[in-house]
Amino acid sequence: MTARLGPADRSEKPIVTSATRQSPQRIDRRTLLAASAAAAVTSALTSGDTFAGGVVSDRAAAALAEPAPLTPTPQFEKAFTDIVGKATLVEDGGLSLELPEEAENGNIVPYRIGVESPMTAEDHVTRVHLFSTQNPQAHVATFHFTPLSGQAAVQGRMRLAKTQEVIAVAVTTANTHLVARRIVYVGIGGCGEG
Amino acid sequence: MMSPSKPRVRLPETAAVGEIIEIRALITHVMETGNRTDAEGRRVPRNIIHTVTAHFEGDLVFKAELSSGISANPFLAFHMKVPGPGELRVAWHDDDGGITIERYKLKVE
Repeated sequence: MTARLGPADRSEKPIVTSATRQSPQRIDRRTLLAASAAAAVTSALTSGDTFAGGVVSDRAAAALAEPAPLTPTPQFEKAFTDIVGKATLVEDGGLSLELPEEAENGNIVPYRIGVESPMTAEDHVTRVHLFSTQNPQAHVATFHFTPLSGQAAVQGRMRLAKTQEVIAVAVTTANTHLVARRIVYVGIGGCGEG
Repeated sequence: MMSPSKPRVRLPETAAVGEIIEIRALITHVMETGNRTDAEGRRVPRNIIHTVTAHFEGDLVFKAELSSGISANPFLAFHMKVPGPGELRVAWHDDDGGITIERYKLKVE
């Protein structure tokens, strides 16, 4: 499990911690999506160290040659706005979203979400939203936690209709919104269409 | 009608007070998306488990609101900081209005 941060550590954290961000005041989601997509492509090309433990496969290479449809659907945009609103999203804020880099079968894609938090009555993660940017149903799930949870962490299995970015947003008692995103290359899509 | 759901929950039988334990909950369910059509071209209505809750001695431990984007036979692993001995109650709610409830005793060392 990830290390917990004490209250002192947390208070010293800047609002936006990403060193590469030019303007920490307001993050445009599209820019972020594009930037993270580019980063994922770069890392897929240069790194053989994938979630599945293998090297970059032919499928991933093909997906890279033919750019993946990473522009989020209007349905995603609406769901995200309805649920998250205009909240400032904090990158690298202790939220981890783990998914396989490649999913042969989009019907069963394991995910693991964890948030660093003391999980006290005064300071805990209240909920985590999980979004798909390409599925017919963009809002995949919302998980609620309490101090009794002890840990803001959840594992499960989701459907992915096609290659896409998956986004998680965690909300704390201080109403801080943490964001994490992962691109998953999908073999056989799994949303039961057709 | 759905075939009867088979719920399974795994947690330790005993734990120490203050210990964070993992709870794994699985149920058999088709999680029909509502996007599919049958052989005659008719839309198969959505039928999913939309909510899963876990309470310990009446206090909320974890709640999941699920959509059709969750895989069939939904599985969830979450945690609890053990407050003492007691009963864990896990409930799965589906679109048919059905609620499947399972109860588990937890002892403390």
